[in-house]
Amino acid sequence: MENSVVIHTINLVKEFPMGTQKVIALNDVNLDFHKGEFAGVVGPSGSGKTTLLNIIGSLDDPTSGDVMTMGKSIKSLSHKESARLRNRYIGFIFQTFNLLPVYTVYENVEFPLLLLDLDEKEREKLVWEALEWVKLTDKAQSRPNQLSGGQSQRVAIARAMVKKPEIVLADEPTANLDAENSYNILEMMEVLNKELKTTFLFSTHDEKVIAYLKRKITLFDGRVVKDEMVSRDDS
Amino acid sequence: MIIPKLAYKNIVGAGLRTWLNVFVLSFAYVAIIWTQGLYEGMNRQASRAMIDYEVGGGQYWVDGYDPYDPFTFDDAHEKLPLQLRQLIDQDRAAPILVARGTIYPKGRIMSVQLKGIDPSQQIIGLPSSVLDQSDGGIPALIGSRMAKNSGLTRDDYVTLRWRDVNGTFDALDIHIVDVMRTTVSTIDVGQIWLPLDSLRKMTRLENEATIVVIDNEMNDIPTIAGWEFKDHDFLLKDIREVVQMKTVSASIIYLILLVLAMIAIFDTQVLSVFKRRKEIGTLMALGMTRWRVVKLFTLEGAMHGIIAIVIAAIYGIPLLIWFSKQGWAMPQSIDDYGFAIGEKLFPSYSLALIVGTIVLVLLTTTIVSYLPSSKISKINPTDALKGKSL
Repeated sequence: MENSVVIHTINLVKEFPMGTQKVIALNDVNLDFHKGEFAGVVGPSGSGKTTLLNIIGSLDDPTSGDVMTMGKSIKSLSHKESARLRNRYIGFIFQTFNLLPVYTVYENVEFPLLLLDLDEKEREKLVWEALEWVKLTDKAQSRPNQLSGGQSQRVAIARAMVKKPEIVLADEPTANLDAENSYNILEMMEVLNKELKTTFLFSTHDEKVIAYLKRKITLFDGRVVKDEMVSRDDS
Repeated sequence: MIIPKLAYKNIVGAGLRTWLNVFVLSFAYVAIIWTQGLYEGMNRQASRAMIDYEVGGGQYWVDGYDPYDPFTFDDAHEKLPLQLRQLIDQDRAAPILVARGTIYPKGRIMSVQLKGIDPSQQIIGLPSSVLDQSDGGIPALIGSRMAKNSGLTRDDYVTLRWRDVNGTFDALDIHIVDVMRTTVSTIDVGQIWLPLDSLRKMTRLENEATIVVIDNEMNDIPTIAGWEFKDHDFLLKDIREVVQMKTVSASIIYLILLVLAMIAIFDTQVLSVFKRRKEIGTLMALGMTRWRVVKLFTLEGAMHGIIAIVIAAIYGIPLLIWFSKQGWAMPQSIDDYGFAIGEKLFPSYSLALIVGTIVLVLLTTTIVSYLPSSKISKINPTDALKGKSL
């Protein structure tokens, strides 16, 4: 499966109605993402970055064209099949963390495993493993409102990674974090990408994130204007 | 099992919102059971009082007797047949003779129904023993409503005029030996109770009777020529119709209480769903299906109903038991309604009432929880994540 295509977009178009007009958020996007990539979609606000991630993650439908995520045509999936695809293969990291407020850190991380119907022992093992990745084992019983922004985003990463998904879609993951936390989180995701061969796809306009990317796709007005491999300057 | 677990965590985690909801629902349970219990108690007391004071185990009516047509009283009397005499001798039945009369209290003229009863009878709870006294005049017993209408009081004498079997008018003064306070208006309003022997002599209807009330314990009811047996179904028909009518108004109260509780739940669920759109989007993004989201929110609503049962039991059971023992004092004016309730109303809670209320409230709670959940589940996950409405 090394270097196999995990995401394949075909003439992807997404339009949103705005009054009597239509706004084109994505215009004929054709992209392939391979297993283990650490890629990012960059561009100004309104360029279609989040829309692209949402369609890849089967949270939204394309107006025309299609996306093959893990070999499945997003357009042809039922609601139930979409939910199963997200549950099995995709981890989401949101700008505002989106932790479930009434659950503890442990329960938040455990949640995707509950949906996968794993037994308690296996869930426990995986949750502690994920909490160790993000160095939050001491906060397992804390509630989201007791955590800092950086800690909350680390919980969100642990929740996205706990089921060892094929793809992680991270929408502006550092937008609400300070520089130090942003670097810590990016380092963490880079390590997980290397160790678990998970495909990371970011939507960002944060230079700190862009500096970590190995592939940078630039969107402007819904069109791919540049798709380049970048070599990271570790200095 | 994931959905019940999550629903439980969510409602416990929701804190004050959950407890307010649960309290309103528990109040609905207790209030519904209490009000319905009052109606059930009222119904039982009314029927019980009728049976104890008037109806007994049923009545034999002489052919042609119609309590609503006083003109039938003149002819509605017969000599007691052997079978009824035997029952009376065995203290298993009590004869009553009914006749028409007129009294002249304080210069007024007033038509009355005369009822002769054996002072020593034990079949019904009417205090007939007070008629077993003689100071020269014929002792008479009236009810408090009759006393109020006629202006008569205890120890008053009043002139009574009546016609005997031959149609001859006669008159004498009767002595009001007691004024009974009874909840059964049909043995009170417009009636004067006299010793059976006295009324028989006055009307020249020796050994005759109009009604024979039988013991409540008697099961074998013989058929007797010239006499028709009226059972509880017949004799309590009127009171049951009144009860039926009151049941309709009770149902309206039941419905209002239920609707109030449901509005509270529906309102909370709508608010909850509105407030938790982003959470719903997150759940969907994490792989929860729409149907599971609906189940989760519906179950959360239903769980409010279940926890409310526990809370209602904690304060409701002692409260309801206390009420059923202490009763609820009725105002004096309740007598004017002519409904046999008594000075205190004792609620009665049947198992059917309790189980029925629990099932109905739970079912309705579940339905009103389902409605907003099913609507929100149709939202696009991206819109939910952005906190947009449908």
